[in-house]
Amino acid sequence: MEQLSRRILAIWCARLSIDRWKMSLGSDQAAPKGEDALPTVLITETAHGPRIEAANDAGLDVGARTGMMLADARVLCPQIRTAPADPAGDLAFLERLAVWARRWGPWSALDPPDGLLVDITAVSHLFGGEARLLADVEAAFAARELVVRTAIAPTAGAAWALAHYGTRSRAILEPTPRGRDMMRVLADLPVAALRLDEDVLTVLKRLGLKRLSDLTDIASGSVDRREAAARDSLQRRFRNRKSPAANPLIRLDQLLGRVPEPLLPVVPIEMPLVQRRLLEPLRHRALLDRVLADLAADMTRALEARGEGARRLELGMWRVDGEVITRQLELAAATREADHITRLFADRLDDVDAGFGIETVRLRASWAEPLAAQQGDVEAAAERHGTSLVACIDRLSVRLGEGAVRRPVPYASHLPERAQSWMPPLANRGGSALAVEPCERPFKLLDRAERIAVLYASPDGFPQRFRWRGGVHDVVRVEGPERIAPEWWRERSNVRLRDYYRIEDERGGRYWIYRHGISGDGRGGVPEWFLQGLCA
Amino acid sequence: MSKAREARWRPGLADGPLHSEIFADTRDGSGVGLALALARDALEVTAAQRALDPLAEGEDRRQVLWVQDRRAVQLTGRPYVHGLPPDLRERIVHVEAASPQDMLFALEEGLKCRDLACVIGEITGNPRALDFTASRRLSLTAERHGVALWLVRLEADADLSSARMRWRARPAPSIARRWNAQAPGDASWQAELFRARTHAPGEWTLYDKGGKLAVTPPAIASGQDLHRSSPRALGRTRACGQMVGTALALAAFETPPLRPATPAGVNG
Repeated sequence: MEQLSRRILAIWCARLSIDRWKMSLGSDQAAPKGEDALPTVLITETAHGPRIEAANDAGLDVGARTGMMLADARVLCPQIRTAPADPAGDLAFLERLAVWARRWGPWSALDPPDGLLVDITAVSHLFGGEARLLADVEAAFAARELVVRTAIAPTAGAAWALAHYGTRSRAILEPTPRGRDMMRVLADLPVAALRLDEDVLTVLKRLGLKRLSDLTDIASGSVDRREAAARDSLQRRFRNRKSPAANPLIRLDQLLGRVPEPLLPVVPIEMPLVQRRLLEPLRHRALLDRVLADLAADMTRALEARGEGARRLELGMWRVDGEVITRQLELAAATREADHITRLFADRLDDVDAGFGIETVRLRASWAEPLAAQQGDVEAAAERHGTSLVACIDRLSVRLGEGAVRRPVPYASHLPERAQSWMPPLANRGGSALAVEPCERPFKLLDRAERIAVLYASPDGFPQRFRWRGGVHDVVRVEGPERIAPEWWRERSNVRLRDYYRIEDERGGRYWIYRHGISGDGRGGVPEWFLQGLCA
Repeated sequence: MSKAREARWRPGLADGPLHSEIFADTRDGSGVGLALALARDALEVTAAQRALDPLAEGEDRRQVLWVQDRRAVQLTGRPYVHGLPPDLRERIVHVEAASPQDMLFALEEGLKCRDLACVIGEITGNPRALDFTASRRLSLTAERHGVALWLVRLEADADLSSARMRWRARPAPSIARRWNAQAPGDASWQAELFRARTHAPGEWTLYDKGGKLAVTPPAIASGQDLHRSSPRALGRTRACGQMVGTALALAAFETPPLRPATPAGVNG
């Protein structure tokens, strides 16, 4: 039998929010006599009043529980103290912890809201065995004043289950042959150890499935007919649940390693950042431009060292009075030309209010893309003046706004106004063209088709004269109709079809008009006419 | 002037101007239609010159910058990919400018860019920002960087400008298709060149001959006029071919202002 060879370390910071709150108090406060000795709860505001997210030891002693309303806790203990919970801060802290936890393995993954998973396959001997590794983990977290429970197991699911619901705070599940052996250790854990959603847990509770062993007996089928029937009904019940957290059978397979469970590793990315702290606060534009040029040159060097070019740049200016002014710039293609960056930012600095002066200027490339170094062509550069297309588009979109510079691309639709979409000018061609080239089309399309009054011989025949924007046009030549049906898979059933005509008036003006519906199609009254495009 | 003044303009001349203005109305697509045709004509000449150069790239894949001001977008719509000439379809970069100042900025930035094939502008009216100085600035930029500007002036008076060639465009009745004389044919324009530095002014009927700009021979033009002398008769022949109810509609057709003659025949 195949050996499960991976080793996953699960770390559960059981009281992450409270530990962070204690840290925020400072070391002297956290002493037994300090603020921590008083019952305290962390609360979030909800529509029904403040709710408790976490409680410290003293709080737990007086009866406060997670998920309880603050009003209920106040009944139990009127003098309970509150502090606001900070889920976003907790998550950011967890991200930093995940990066830090890579000291025990090559990669680590977040397990929100308060856990970490580290892949320690073939690593433990560096720490002198898995038991010592766990001891090391606990010591390291204890030094950061965080309470943790840890477990090592062949799968992420098993490690998570042991860390959260195991009997000991440190657990190691030895590598075993695939199958029942692993289950022997895990059989007594509650079904909540499968990382399921609340509603699924309720369903399982109602079905009387409390332990993992109850579930495995059914899921892996015994010979008994009643058991087989139970298995079928369980599988039917969860057949349409594709998400693992909603389907206990998938979770069970993941726990036992029968189904792979991909984890998303945390990769720390540092943004290139350059800054200048100024001796004397800046109050004049010329000096600011000078600082900006210096920063752009620094940024160019920083990016060059990483082999990257900036796509988004953020310029932060800290004023003496503490105000921060930020300007953001997005570029059409990766660049590290200092002059180009300086010129683009110069347009954005006109409305900066320096107040009593700017003391720190910081430039950050929050989005960078690989950009290989290129050899400058000395002769050609001198000969071919002018800017490149990328620089031109950057300048245009900085001055005119993001959406003003676009490229029309074909889109897979038969409706004329939907058959074209707009993309950023340098984007890869994402639009999918129709396989069949449509009939002749006008070269300009109005944003909204304009209604025209049409005179015709018969309701379904050719138009003969129409009035558009106050002028009367006699139709001399006409070609059509080209019938375009509504997209029934997208639109309502009473949308009318369109009959398009290409026409030419007596002066030679060529237009593209359509009749919206046909009379007697039961989708409205007399069909209306619209002018949608101009032909060359 | 150093150069000899050429007698008469014709499509396909080698020394195309780098700054042209085309005056047109917003009620039809003739202005931009002619501008595109002239631009493609000029690009074809440069492509022919590039073909002689062994170092040049085979195909011209440079982008075309198409700048419109907001009112031009409102009145005449935006470029539509499926109706553009096939060689331009994938090469359009469209810019919508909110004010005349932005428009001029976009045109000038486009002219400075060495990776553009040409710049097409559509500007409505006679904005204050587009005075002689501004147009001279555009001319100089275009000539310095060798990028051609085709500026379509919609609903504008021909005020002072330094454009090298100034046209007035009107749509012309198209030449009949060989197999379907009733359908609109290849695009055709009445183009009046009223100011040019190197050519005598004149008037041409130009048309799009399979993607190339061509002058309609006078014979066809006059023959067409003969053919078209009574559009009403043509309409009647066609109408007679149709069914019942024609007589009512024709009665309405004879009265010059459009008014509801019969409730069934007039809509809206």
